[in-house]
Amino acid sequence: MLKFIVKRLLSMIPLLLIVSVVVFLILHLGPNDPAMSYLRLSNIPPTDEALANARAELGLNRPLVVQYFEWLSHALRLDFGISFTTKAPVTKHLLHYLPNTLYLAGVSMLITIVFSLPLGIMAAKYKGRWPDHFSRVLAYIGVSTPSFWLAFIMIIVFGVKLGWLPTMGMGGLRHVIMPAVSVALMSTCINMRLIRGNMLEQMHSRHILYARLRGVKESYITRSHVLKNSLIPVVTALGMHVGEVLGGAVVAEVIFAWPGVGRYAVAAINNRDFPVMQCFILMMTVIFVLCNLFTDILYAALDPRIRLEEASSNG
Amino acid sequence: MADMNAHGDGHAHGHSHDGACCHNHAKNTRKSRPSDTDKKTFRPAVSGQKAALGLSAFVLTALLIMAVFAPWISPYDPVEQSLENRLAPASAEHILGTDHLGRDILSRLIWGSRISLGSVGLIAVLIMAVGFTVGSLSGYIGGKTDAVIMRVCEAFMTFPTFILALFLIGMFGTGMTNVVLAIVITHWAWYARIIRSMVLNLRNSDYILAARVAGGSHISIFLRHIALPVLSQLTILATLDLGHMMLHVSGLSFLGLGIQPPTPEWGCMINDARQQIWSNPELAIIPGVMIFLTVLAFNIPGDALRDMLDPSLSDAGKDGCC
Repeated sequence: MLKFIVKRLLSMIPLLLIVSVVVFLILHLGPNDPAMSYLRLSNIPPTDEALANARAELGLNRPLVVQYFEWLSHALRLDFGISFTTKAPVTKHLLHYLPNTLYLAGVSMLITIVFSLPLGIMAAKYKGRWPDHFSRVLAYIGVSTPSFWLAFIMIIVFGVKLGWLPTMGMGGLRHVIMPAVSVALMSTCINMRLIRGNMLEQMHSRHILYARLRGVKESYITRSHVLKNSLIPVVTALGMHVGEVLGGAVVAEVIFAWPGVGRYAVAAINNRDFPVMQCFILMMTVIFVLCNLFTDILYAALDPRIRLEEASSNG
Repeated sequence: MADMNAHGDGHAHGHSHDGACCHNHAKNTRKSRPSDTDKKTFRPAVSGQKAALGLSAFVLTALLIMAVFAPWISPYDPVEQSLENRLAPASAEHILGTDHLGRDILSRLIWGSRISLGSVGLIAVLIMAVGFTVGSLSGYIGGKTDAVIMRVCEAFMTFPTFILALFLIGMFGTGMTNVVLAIVITHWAWYARIIRSMVLNLRNSDYILAARVAGGSHISIFLRHIALPVLSQLTILATLDLGHMMLHVSGLSFLGLGIQPPTPEWGCMINDARQQIWSNPELAIIPGVMIFLTVLAFNIPGDALRDMLDPSLSDAGKDGCC
């Protein structure tokens, strides 16, 4: 198991290097001149002299490769430079907002798991009857609803008309309900159908039939044969949903004035504050990669085939 | 809606999509037949799906007609402001009322369909083109080219898609062109990967070997025996994704990163309505209904296609042991 984890960790390194090259190149090969943005946000008139100074200050005069390695070595030390707008270190600001985003994303993932599991299991168990139809309709609605629209409907209904829930800001548990639900709806629906599909597939596999023939109790079959096997792919899917949830959180943060990194990043996009955006995307990508690593490990722990295959293939 | 259909038929371009509409009527009548009701076990789902398919065909047809004939159907100029008539309630002149600048909502919805459908269509075509080119090169050439391309694909798949799209727009600047580009750049890798594996499968099949033995050149074999089957599957894949892409486009527009005002776009309209959410909540609800219906209409055929392609997930087990 340890070998597997170490291998996975090592395989992340080249991937994250390519990711860093992509992030770096997009800025430098893009149509924008960072020096111009720097001057604009610093309220300095863009004379030729000022532009040259800004270029020198930002290190834009040196060859691209040198710039990349210097940027990377700083990035590895979590130093993404200073924000063009606030002139404060980017990492400090983003790390300040990060826990709020993780809180929102975490609650959304929790909602996804807590609701998709029973709904998916019920849909599979009562296939072709009303729980199944209900879940199908819910899934259609869920994957077709824009999260920001759902957020507005909830604000109108629960915030404005009924006055049950606060419509903005972060506070107690009541503040997190609406943003988290708006983020979680789509993942919940996708997962619910995935669980149903996996369970049905498992139910029709031969070992279930034989277990039944042996007279094993139905509840036991469902629990330890069907459910366990059908949840293994769901673990991976949940890892992928972290990406969706992080993206959805950006939108929810903007709507609900949630003080997270997404809201900060959208402001940075409108300001062309490049260091903030670079730090933001790398931070989110690393979180996403780590979550996937975690689900990979969980997957291997649940499914001995993966673990043994990986260990024997080139170990 | 009926009015719009009449428009579509009346014009010389009342094209093939009207056929889909008739299809829909046929399905609706079949659904209402009483014989369905006595087989309770799985029939309702199937006929329900047929009704849903009919509905989505109807919605898509109506949207297409709206988009194509927007200048003729739209009752007002979508960007014309009249401040004395702002936030007017629904009335005979303004069927859905007006927004905070006195612009007619219905006209904005109709014109907005052009941007929404157009951008989604463009994205689908571009993703297919990029994915097909890269994926088939990678699969057909193989070797080092393949290895390099696949590493780059993996790198693109490492990013959370929406976040990467945000980043790209931040770098390229806001605007609809950049939204389209950003979504293409964030999604092509998935397509390239799938196409590569399709091409690999085909390349090693017996009939390709036979074609080569018969003296076919690489190019003709590729075009005739690989490109054609892959392209048809690719189109299905892209259809499955249209709803998802639409949500991305409208989400980015909602954040104010897409089309710039005053051009009407549905996501953008919801954003515009944020200030009026306490007084005129319908301004935020109505454009959302349009997005919801469109995405739903894209997703329903996608789901049916998936059921057809992978029957194990739907009703294959209906005569099974449970």
